[in-house]
Amino acid sequence: MAYKKLFSSWAGFAAIFSSGLVHAEYAWNFPEPVTPLARDTLHVHNEFMLISIAIFLVVLAIMIYSIFTHRKSKGHQPANFTGPSTKSQVIWTLVPFALLLFIDFVVMGIPAYHSVVMMEDTKTDAEIVLKVTGSQWKWQYEYPAEGIKFVSTMTTSEEQINNKEAKGEHYLLDVDNHVVLPINKKIRILLTSTDVIHTWWIPQFGAKRDAIPGFMRETWAKIEKPGIYRGQCAELCGKGHGFMPIVVEAVSEDDYKVWVDQQKAKLASAAASAEKQWSKDDLMKQGAEVYAKQCVVCHQANGQGMPPAFPALAGSKVINGPMLDASGHLIKDGHLDRVMNGKPGTAMQAFKTTLSDAEIASVVTFERNSFGNKMGDMVQPSQAKALR
Amino acid sequence: MTTATVSSHDDHHDHGHPSGIKRWLFTTNHKDIGTMYMIFALIMFLVGGMMIMGVRAELFQPGMQLMKPEFFNQLIGVHALIMIFAALMPVATGMANWLIPMMIGAPDMALPRLNNWSFWLLPPAATLLVMPFILALFGIGTGAVATGWTLYAPLSVQGGMGVDFAIFSIHLLGISSILASINVVVTILNMRAPGMTMMKMPLFVWAWLITAFLLIATIPVLAGAVTMLLTDRHFDTHFFDAAGGGDPILFQHLFWFFGHPEVYILLLPIWGFMPHILSAFARKPIYGHKAQVYSFWAIGIMSVIVWAHHFFTVGMPLPALLYFMYSTMAISLPLAVLFFCWIATIWRGSMTFETPMLFALGFVILFGIGGLTGLVLADVAADAQYHHSYFVVAHFHYTLFAGGIMGAMAGVYFWLPKFTGHMYDEKLGKTHFWLTAISFNLTFIPQFFLGLAGMPRRIPDYALQFTEFNMISSIGAFALGLSQLLFVYIIIKCARGGEKASDKVWEGAKGLEFTLPSPPPYHSFTTQPVVK
Repeated sequence: MAYKKLFSSWAGFAAIFSSGLVHAEYAWNFPEPVTPLARDTLHVHNEFMLISIAIFLVVLAIMIYSIFTHRKSKGHQPANFTGPSTKSQVIWTLVPFALLLFIDFVVMGIPAYHSVVMMEDTKTDAEIVLKVTGSQWKWQYEYPAEGIKFVSTMTTSEEQINNKEAKGEHYLLDVDNHVVLPINKKIRILLTSTDVIHTWWIPQFGAKRDAIPGFMRETWAKIEKPGIYRGQCAELCGKGHGFMPIVVEAVSEDDYKVWVDQQKAKLASAAASAEKQWSKDDLMKQGAEVYAKQCVVCHQANGQGMPPAFPALAGSKVINGPMLDASGHLIKDGHLDRVMNGKPGTAMQAFKTTLSDAEIASVVTFERNSFGNKMGDMVQPSQAKALR
Repeated sequence: MTTATVSSHDDHHDHGHPSGIKRWLFTTNHKDIGTMYMIFALIMFLVGGMMIMGVRAELFQPGMQLMKPEFFNQLIGVHALIMIFAALMPVATGMANWLIPMMIGAPDMALPRLNNWSFWLLPPAATLLVMPFILALFGIGTGAVATGWTLYAPLSVQGGMGVDFAIFSIHLLGISSILASINVVVTILNMRAPGMTMMKMPLFVWAWLITAFLLIATIPVLAGAVTMLLTDRHFDTHFFDAAGGGDPILFQHLFWFFGHPEVYILLLPIWGFMPHILSAFARKPIYGHKAQVYSFWAIGIMSVIVWAHHFFTVGMPLPALLYFMYSTMAISLPLAVLFFCWIATIWRGSMTFETPMLFALGFVILFGIGGLTGLVLADVAADAQYHHSYFVVAHFHYTLFAGGIMGAMAGVYFWLPKFTGHMYDEKLGKTHFWLTAISFNLTFIPQFFLGLAGMPRRIPDYALQFTEFNMISSIGAFALGLSQLLFVYIIIKCARGGEKASDKVWEGAKGLEFTLPSPPPYHSFTTQPVVK
């Protein structure tokens, strides 16, 4: 199996190289910067790289000269010095170090100082706050001032990843909900996590910062050019580490306002729907959608999970048991409690922080009546709301 | 000079040391133990190498082909742990065992029984590290540690029993290293031949003395950190859990307080090899003996005060960022002294280019790339782009493969004829060098560009714009892996026979070890030589 695949890889390799000239997108440096920070970083990087390459080439040239001249086959007689002996030799020995000291702390040190100060100044003139929460393996975004909140998950299909379908243009870098941000406004980005450490990184923003559970970290971006910018989680965070992309859509201020209004309207209708009584069919239908987005990575499409790390839902004791006690409170470690509050120390997170009432109610209803589970009961969004 | 020169290996059988397996199990002889260390290192080098071949095969093209992401994460982490703790550190300790007594004119290491124990802790430690892979085949557990070698909490708190195996393995490896270090320190401080003052000590011995101090200083911190991890996992402590008043970043501080000096623990013995090899093949005395000793000290001391540059992106106060940036940059100065001395040692020499010399020169050039990219990585703002990306992966393979492994190979080729009494096959050795150097660069140069283009490290699958460079890198890696089989063959061939090596082995070789016969007698110097 593996051999065959490897063999076809070689064939693919040849094909790519022969066609490489046509659509080559080789990147030899950072991608085009679109924020002041990224521009500054690129500038500093280029300058330091040139200095480093120059130092390397000078030293290499000296070595190569020596290797070709001072060799026995050419009859070169060895000298026997072991250190600088005369005063002028001592001075000449010190010159490279003085030069290096100067490069380290002046040529590199001063621009580096300004870059760091700039990078860390997340607050001055910040106009918008975006809160980013990493969870295994998706990002949740919140605009505290607008009350907007949504989850962003990867849309690349399992079939594409497992080579059963052709890979799309934005393979592994596409999500369902883009983060929409206005251009030319300084955005203060707050970061945290619900489980393990993740890192939020968009190369074109020059911003990379860890999202740490229980703590708030921050960075910033002032996007100067409208467009769609893509990045990925950069800190190993478990099996889905390679599959939690970040997509930011930078738009004009007017478009941003339109988007904000749309999102608010959506949230309002979601809140209204939480109040009404849902039919079981509606809950099952919505539940299947939520399951496919939120749960399927670990518990699998057939509900068999990947034990022991990710337990099966089919025939699960938790699901096929009671979830509310006689007075309507959550039973500890019951199905609804597990979905809402998670299981500490595992990848099962507290979904009440990321999902709406309707989503929680529908997915729990779905799980209780799928994969051979036949509980027959259901949860209403209003119940989920009351139990928060 | 010494009476030991007339005794040969066989004369010592009447001392009553056992033969067969018992010889190796119970040996207290520095050469036997050194040999075991190095054979162990070579085996684990191949094991760790095979793991990364699997990784590179998976990364050969986009999409998941050969394995699941969980298994991929296990391979990368265990690859690193094996290469660092079970390949590079043991080969350095093996060389120390062989060479230190011979270089300082001692009969053996100062603490021979402890020496035996510090070696025999290693095989169980390596077994612990790899066992979860095998257990998983029988349906027990979820496989080996899948957190990367850095074991960052809370991911490692969440992980399966592979993490516990790794923790206990690290404990054993740590005990082994500390014992070996104590032995090295005691031997060097007490058993030098008359006349060998500290400043006359060979540079390899000096480098190891500082390595040993660093190990004794930092391994307990790692042991503490992983023990805290263990209690967080099983005994409900909250060292690394904010909900209980802990802090996940505390783990990173503790880990890298060990982890950064570890880089120099791996590299100092290699830097110790260089002046010996370069001066022998340039037929010229070592340049700046004292300067190199002082640089070793400077680097050793500075290595314990720069650790936080390994996690600039966690978010630190501005003064901390500036401090760690400038202190990291400062390390370039003593390192530059070393480079200066290495180059000045070959300057105006009379060079020949046997395999050890090729590896040593290759080391100086390629390690230079590792060092210079380290200098740019110190810059916090640019580091925000490099960090967690393939740029870092390429950078530390230039320091640890080109700097560590290729440097160690230079040392092995240089002293192997002394150890075995036979010359290795020079032609094959040179072939091995060129194959290694070319395929190494083919593997890692593309990774610099991958990192700059924005490919994060430790991902099992990647976006399409990274395809070409990953393919080139994988091809390089396969070639690099295959080339190392040649190394194994050369060593086995050399151990079994070959042209007889003279006592001096190399025309320009200097040092007490080259006054002994090749191979040296069982007890290196039974009468101490006098150093003028």
